[in-house]
Amino acid sequence: MTDPAIFTKDLTRTFGAFTAVENISFDVKKGEIFGFLGANGAGKTTAMKMLTGLLAPSSGEASVNGFDVYTESEEIKKSIGYMSQKFSLYDDLTVSENIEFYGGVYGLPTKALKQKIEEILYTIKLTEVKDALVVSLPLGWKQKLAFSVSILHNPSVVFLDEPTGGVDPVTRRQFWERIYEAADKGITVFVTTHYMDEAEYCDRVSIMVDGKIEALDSPENLKRSFSTDSIEDVFIRLARGAKRSDT
Amino acid sequence: MSSFRGFIIKEFKQIYRDTRTLIVLFGMPVIMLVLFGFAIRNEVDDVKIAVLDFSKDEVTREITHKLSASPSFELSAYLNTYDEVRDIFKAGEIKEVVVFEDDFGRKLVRDGVADVQIITDATDPNLANIVQSYTSNILRDYTNSKNSRLQIEASGITPEIRMMYNPELKSVNLFVPGIIAVILMLVSALMTSISITREKEMGNMEILLVSPLKPIHIILGKVLPYLALSIANVVVILILARFIFQVPFEGSYLFFFLEAGLFIMTALSLGVLISSSANNQQTAMMISLAGLLLPTVLLSGFIFPVESMPVPLQMISHAIPAKWFLIIVRDIMLKGSGILLLWKETFILLVTTAVLIAISLKKFKVRLQ
Amino acid sequence: MPAVEVHSIYKSFEDVKALKDISFSVEEGELYGFIGPDGAGKTTLFRILNTLLIPDEGTATVLGLDVVDDYKTIRPMLGYMPGRFSLYQDLSVQENLEFFASVFGTTISENYELVAPIYSQLEPFKNRYAGKLSGGMKQKLALSCALIHKPKLLLLDEPTTGVDAVSRKEFWEMLVDLKKQGIAIIVSTPYMDEAKLCDRVALIQEGSLMQIDTPLNIVNGYDRPILGIKSRNTYKLLQALKLYEWTHSAHPFGEFIHFTEKREKPDMIALEAFLLDNGIDDAVIKEVEPGIEDSFMALMRKEVASD
Repeated sequence: MTDPAIFTKDLTRTFGAFTAVENISFDVKKGEIFGFLGANGAGKTTAMKMLTGLLAPSSGEASVNGFDVYTESEEIKKSIGYMSQKFSLYDDLTVSENIEFYGGVYGLPTKALKQKIEEILYTIKLTEVKDALVVSLPLGWKQKLAFSVSILHNPSVVFLDEPTGGVDPVTRRQFWERIYEAADKGITVFVTTHYMDEAEYCDRVSIMVDGKIEALDSPENLKRSFSTDSIEDVFIRLARGAKRSDT
Repeated sequence: MSSFRGFIIKEFKQIYRDTRTLIVLFGMPVIMLVLFGFAIRNEVDDVKIAVLDFSKDEVTREITHKLSASPSFELSAYLNTYDEVRDIFKAGEIKEVVVFEDDFGRKLVRDGVADVQIITDATDPNLANIVQSYTSNILRDYTNSKNSRLQIEASGITPEIRMMYNPELKSVNLFVPGIIAVILMLVSALMTSISITREKEMGNMEILLVSPLKPIHIILGKVLPYLALSIANVVVILILARFIFQVPFEGSYLFFFLEAGLFIMTALSLGVLISSSANNQQTAMMISLAGLLLPTVLLSGFIFPVESMPVPLQMISHAIPAKWFLIIVRDIMLKGSGILLLWKETFILLVTTAVLIAISLKKFKVRLQ
Repeated sequence: MPAVEVHSIYKSFEDVKALKDISFSVEEGELYGFIGPDGAGKTTLFRILNTLLIPDEGTATVLGLDVVDDYKTIRPMLGYMPGRFSLYQDLSVQENLEFFASVFGTTISENYELVAPIYSQLEPFKNRYAGKLSGGMKQKLALSCALIHKPKLLLLDEPTTGVDAVSRKEFWEMLVDLKKQGIAIIVSTPYMDEAKLCDRVALIQEGSLMQIDTPLNIVNGYDRPILGIKSRNTYKLLQALKLYEWTHSAHPFGEFIHFTEKREKPDMIALEAFLLDNGIDDAVIKEVEPGIEDSFMALMRKEVASD
């Protein structure tokens, strides 16, 4: 039995009198696609910030790739990839300059980086626009590029925060193929989304309500235990009972 | 009309809630006044001087005593020969040596003229100038008090100097008008442009445009709160200047506030103009800082006199509204001038403002493109 | 008289063609949806309808008035919610609503009835700053603000983007209720599943309208039978299907992969045998009904093919 890629036990974060995340405990196995669902304000962002080493927990335990979130946040940052809709690429740099920049940030050697750029451009079919400014690309392409960049340094875990918001249905699916491919290579994928059908693509999903994890299982088991045929129903049933609808 | 009132109320609420900006807006003039009033100034205190007295009579002793009694000077050495002058300047402590010629007192009484030489360390030319003029003043005061017939001649030419309107050469008197101009630019132009572009950035401008509010309402609604803030700011500066720094105010307050109101309008229309070409707060801020505040500080005569600028810069300075406003304010405060003397500057400001308002109203778009 | 009538509108920004030959009409009291991804041209179209942009070519009338010539008359009759709209963060819930009421020359109490079902949910928080509301609550407040002056036409540009599934569902329930009041509503969204709540939808992609119809007709117009295939290892299944000679399309849809064949009638037995040969022994295959998203993707493919 190998160590889990992400491990949390009674992880809690409070802001003053407000408990944003309350005693959440879960494991994410290596190579797993883990869906992290919750209503706006349920505490997903706070939990993600703790796991990516950006925010210290108030109490509880958590580790990512075996690194402790309290003491080894720098090691965590080196070993993970991160992509969100808000933070991703530099609009005023070209496609290849963006890849080059992030390669530099993670200290990839120049030669390996050159090869890597070609490789990425080829896989996501952006070779033709490699010298175009990112700002001119359609959103779907940007998101694919952002994802490739986030796994550029072969991280063992990648965190994706609403990676497919607003993307057209075809590109959205191409994006998920990239996620499958990454998971197939052994990269652990931790993903949030508002598309409930995407929750079904995950190996396991957790649903957060009011700072607590109310359900955690494979989509199939969740649907069975709630005797319904869609994750959306499960989600709506759990989240409708939410007391707080804001942070 | 009620839609316009609602808009104004909203603006005031937003300004009032942005405590940090308010602190900056009201803290800034205070800090600038303190800086210019206490730290950055042209007066000198306790400059170390030396005396080389070849005469050593009653008159030279009396003059030496007067010099050392002045708060500007501290007499720290008596020299005996010329050779010591060079050494003492090299040592760096002493900035001026006053040399009395042989038989100074007797010559003065007999001929009515005696020579005194003032040698200054001109590594800091500003300081040397000031020290020299202070010394001349003290010497003149002395002779005047004795007998108007008597004259002490500093080596070279003795100018007849009389400083009018600001006899103590207090720099704060000069800076207060400049500070008023800078603060008005800051509050009126910068803040207005930022406040309008923020509406654009947040996407709220789209709704305001679609609403029954007329463009003039939106502009006025944005401008009026800052007009009020600017006037409050001017009052604060005046009170500080008057009671902390004893800056004189010779002219009419009514006339002053009318002129200030005019200049505020100039600045506000500049702010509106900037916001019509900037699409985000950052751009608005950069344009305001580089395009308005910098010239106001550097080219208006606030810090550097316009007369000492090269001709091309002087030409540019004519186009800076703050230059004209500075002349107006200085003249009102220090000379007590009225509209009869300042009609030219006022007219220039009036025309500029009218043109700016016309352009900014025309440029304000009722659509997005 | 239709609430909106648009004839062959074109709009470009520099060298980007944002809208190409757009024509449609919206009836009074209709809930009309523009479904398409980001960058499809939805926002540009909304800005033409609300008179903030002038089309390069073509004509558009809103409530019987021309969007270019009569913009002043049109504007007060619209309720508009821009996509980026974020309210005034430093004003409270109530102050925001009061502000928009006053700007449109009315008061909250005058039109309270119309916003009551929505605004009453926010009233417990009426003194909270809008900046401290969650996504779902912000949308409700924004909708209240857009409604407070009793508009005749409601233009909602991506009101549910980035909002969670529960809030989205509630938001749509509100729209369906509003429709009953006789207000025409035009709404855009990138979420395909929201289409089924509209009376009619227009599918938009890269500045062109691909199809306009009722959600039911759009789905019924889907011409191929769809098979849903499920396996524990979706990725492996997807890879295998791509190699299958009869595959026309294979896209993940929830737990199933929606699969269509080039042949008119898919052969389930042959398919199962093929999958087994490729190491997938747990495949579950069943016939499934197409959804709007299936239609959208099929139309996208046709557009690409015809380009």
